[in-house]
Amino acid sequence: MVDIAVVDYGMGNLRSVQQAVRKVAPDADIAVTGEAAVIASAGRVIFPGQGAAPDCMREIRSRGLDRVISDVIREGKPFLGICMGLQVLFEHSEEGDTPCLGVFSGQVRRFASGLHDAQGSKLKVPHMGWNQVHQLTHPPLPEGVKAVALSPSGGKLDRGGDHVLWNGIEQDARFYFVHSYYVDPRDPGLGQATSDYPRPFVCAVAKENLFAVQFHPEKSAAAGLKLLQNFINWNPA
Amino acid sequence: MLAKRIIPCLDVTAGRVVKGVSFVELRDAGDPVEIARRYDEQGADELTFLDITASSDDRGIIFRIIEQVAEQVFIPLTVGGGVREVQDVRNLLNAGADKVSINTSAVVNPQLVADASARYGSQCIVVAIDAKQTAPNKWEVFTHGGRKATGLDAVEWAKKMQSLGAGEILLTSMDKDGQKSGFDLALTRAVTDALEIPVIASGGVGNLQHLADGVKLGGADAVLAASIFHFGEYTVQQAKEYMAKQGIEVRL
Repeated sequence: MVDIAVVDYGMGNLRSVQQAVRKVAPDADIAVTGEAAVIASAGRVIFPGQGAAPDCMREIRSRGLDRVISDVIREGKPFLGICMGLQVLFEHSEEGDTPCLGVFSGQVRRFASGLHDAQGSKLKVPHMGWNQVHQLTHPPLPEGVKAVALSPSGGKLDRGGDHVLWNGIEQDARFYFVHSYYVDPRDPGLGQATSDYPRPFVCAVAKENLFAVQFHPEKSAAAGLKLLQNFINWNPA
Repeated sequence: MLAKRIIPCLDVTAGRVVKGVSFVELRDAGDPVEIARRYDEQGADELTFLDITASSDDRGIIFRIIEQVAEQVFIPLTVGGGVREVQDVRNLLNAGADKVSINTSAVVNPQLVADASARYGSQCIVVAIDAKQTAPNKWEVFTHGGRKATGLDAVEWAKKMQSLGAGEILLTSMDKDGQKSGFDLALTRAVTDALEIPVIASGGVGNLQHLADGVKLGGADAVLAASIFHFGEYTVQQAKEYMAKQGIEVRL
């Protein structure tokens, strides 16, 4: 039984995920694997993925991983989705008109093209690079009100989101994104963070033992490593 | 808001980082792994490695370098140079590259761009274009390290690469490369306006204002530079602070 299974379904390069996890959990037994039995018995599961939604769903189904993924989520095991590993949790993706796993209600939509940011720059698709991740609290705070906490030196800090996976990560810290589609959850309470391009979109969701992000923590320098470390230490009730 | 990216570029041959002027006259800049770590500490947004090794005997060296960098540096890594087939893309991704840059082979075999992006996703396929001005507002694509003219129009070529599945364009002005007189802003503007995908401006950076101009005047999504960082003139952090003062969104 491995500590951490990184789910390999042939979509994209998982080496960087493995390297980053090893960096924050040097003693953990990490398996990059497509074997249902290994995933099912792992202590926690990371579900990455890159590429197009139709290919991802075809590979997931042909390898029989759709069942093991829903079992793992139902059993309460800590589960982290990254990039396509977030998108395919929803019901349906506009990319190739693809039915997805349906763990969450909602759609995966494409960014509109031809939009501009506040400085007049054309917004390219894919949304590629470092963008701010605005952590959310539940219930949401009234507009203009910031969650604050006392810093060790007694000063007030913007506290950021209330999910434990944000612990130690500054509010509005930048993470590395590369994607052309974003998730639009039916239940707004799922959202744990938003980013703007140019309008706000949900870039992190959570429910019970599941946390999933659109950005790449494995490529997001210190903030990304911190989030992975928080995941490794996370024991959802 | 999405930040404009600053990307130090490491030209690597025989296991060393080197820098030339207009693609010739190489000067040693140090150990690639050490330099990569330094730029990461300075806040580089990504790193680009170009393997400019002439001899095929030395091609294994870049893989070992990328493996070592990927164990220590957790930002996106792009690797280019000598990528000829889908298997080369796969090998570089497996070594730890996040994106692979294709230059000459995209011209020789455009299907490679389509095949590689279909297999591994557009997000990891960068097409590098070396362009030289031939007339006012006209630029031609050159290959083989700038030695061979192709007759292709750079703007049209960039659009074709986008349609075949490139996720990003790395655009180098051969006229400006190594001259330290700034990017070819007209070229950068022409390509970035014609595309939906991000464009990295490259070639000619001699000071920090050149980086800011690449974004503000050229419309680049990212700016790439080598010698101003390698030889200690500026740190990446200084470059970002300078750009931020001009109102450019950067990751500080």
